[in-house]
Amino acid sequence: MMKKSVINILKTFAVWVVALMLLLSLAACGGASKGQQEAGEASAAGGSGSDQGDTVFRTLDEIKESGTINIGVFSDKNPFGYVDENGEYQGYDVYFARRIGEDLGVEVNFVSTEAANRVEYLETGKVDIILANFTVTAERAEKVDFALPYMNVALGVVSPDSRVITDLSELEEGDEVIVISGTTAETYLIENNPEITLQKYDTYANAKNALENGNAVAWANDNTEVIAYALQSPGYTVGIPSLGSQDTIAPAVSKGNESLLAWINEEIKGLAEEQFFHKDYEATLQDTYGMDYEESLVVEGGVTKQD
Amino acid sequence: MPDLGFEVLLKGKNMARLLGGLGTAMQISMISVAISIFLGIIVGILMAWKNPISRAVTRCYLEIVRIMPQMVLLFLVYFGSTRAFGWNLSGELSAVIVFSFWGTAEMGDLVRGALDSIPAHQYESAWALGLSSGQVYRYIVLPQTVRRLIPLAINLITRMIKTTSLVLMIGVVEVLKVSQQIIEANRMSSPNAAFGVYLVVFLLYFAACWPISLLAGYLEKRWR
Repeated sequence: MMKKSVINILKTFAVWVVALMLLLSLAACGGASKGQQEAGEASAAGGSGSDQGDTVFRTLDEIKESGTINIGVFSDKNPFGYVDENGEYQGYDVYFARRIGEDLGVEVNFVSTEAANRVEYLETGKVDIILANFTVTAERAEKVDFALPYMNVALGVVSPDSRVITDLSELEEGDEVIVISGTTAETYLIENNPEITLQKYDTYANAKNALENGNAVAWANDNTEVIAYALQSPGYTVGIPSLGSQDTIAPAVSKGNESLLAWINEEIKGLAEEQFFHKDYEATLQDTYGMDYEESLVVEGGVTKQD
Repeated sequence: MPDLGFEVLLKGKNMARLLGGLGTAMQISMISVAISIFLGIIVGILMAWKNPISRAVTRCYLEIVRIMPQMVLLFLVYFGSTRAFGWNLSGELSAVIVFSFWGTAEMGDLVRGALDSIPAHQYESAWALGLSSGQVYRYIVLPQTVRRLIPLAINLITRMIKTTSLVLMIGVVEVLKVSQQIIEANRMSSPNAAFGVYLVVFLLYFAACWPISLLAGYLEKRWR
């Protein structure tokens, strides 16, 4: 009889434990969507200038006070953000991140981010700045605030030396162009040059093999990708180094974090004096892209050539 | 022999970093496994208990875990808790919470299955012999249940170890992320490094899971 009652107590206890866990999990689900609204309201309030204590992000002063800034970078996108053999973060974005830490007088805590979670990191304030090859788009600008750009990105077209395509109008009847499915190159060509026949491949490796086997006359992709490819592969030249709309890469902060945004913009403008991003290019990107593309890739002082 | 790019593992601290990443993965999975087994047994008893309320509650819990991909749960706990409550949970803690939440449900279901598999006549015979309920569990149900549980639990444990590869999405650098970092850092100098590095990662996962399989085999024999 004694043992039976022990088991009963255990069962009652267990029911409560499980009920509590379930309640917590439901609260987390329900709370998430509610929190989203709150975050939205908070950022709207921050945007109008009023300083609410309930914001997700940390202001410039709060960062300075804490002595550490959290910067989200890629840890596996050589040469923009990667980790070297000694476990140190390196790359074009990281070089700039270190300078930000230095000029703010705080330690930099690098957070490894993925392409898919960069916006989420800013929306929850888990990082202060994202410096992860973040292309400025209108869609993203609704959720985060972009600072001034520090790099250009466009499409490029690489072709064999035997017949270098320097303009899309050189393509003749029956000529096909390689693209990787789902890339901006594919979208751009379908939209702007529907007359061109595309050969689509799923992976970088397959597209590369197709070009080398002569399946098509040219390969369109991000210009950084085709430039790096041409430099590594003798016999291939980038005939069109920048095609279509010029996009830019910029630091991003949480929506409404005006103090930090303003500081970064001032920093980028100030760094133009010493040609900081040219130095950055020479230190991190030159090995991959050579000297020829420095002017077309680097944006100094936040001023793009088109402006 | 084809070039598999093993040399990248000898550069700098790469091998140590890879082992450190495995350490992180094992730490997260082992803590979660310990919690899951403990809570899972309690949940399993509740699931097997013929009480409509406990059945309904545990059933709901199990279904939630079944239909939610672990990836979604990780995002929900890591980012969602910050949005909803302003908690700034670390990636590691979020991972342990999610893996325990998942492991407890699955472990509970395994315990329920094992308990249900003991035929009713064994209870009845034991009671007929005058054993108390406690004695029935201690001498008849428990030994058989535990033995039936081992292979099932091992499957769950090794699955939890392997699923830690998802935590790279919430900023935790574990073995798979380190291997991607090494491959990408050497993209130009050793383009074939992916084969060699992933082969080593395969061996590391094997080295982590194999002892658990061995232990399971030993226990199964011992408790026969």
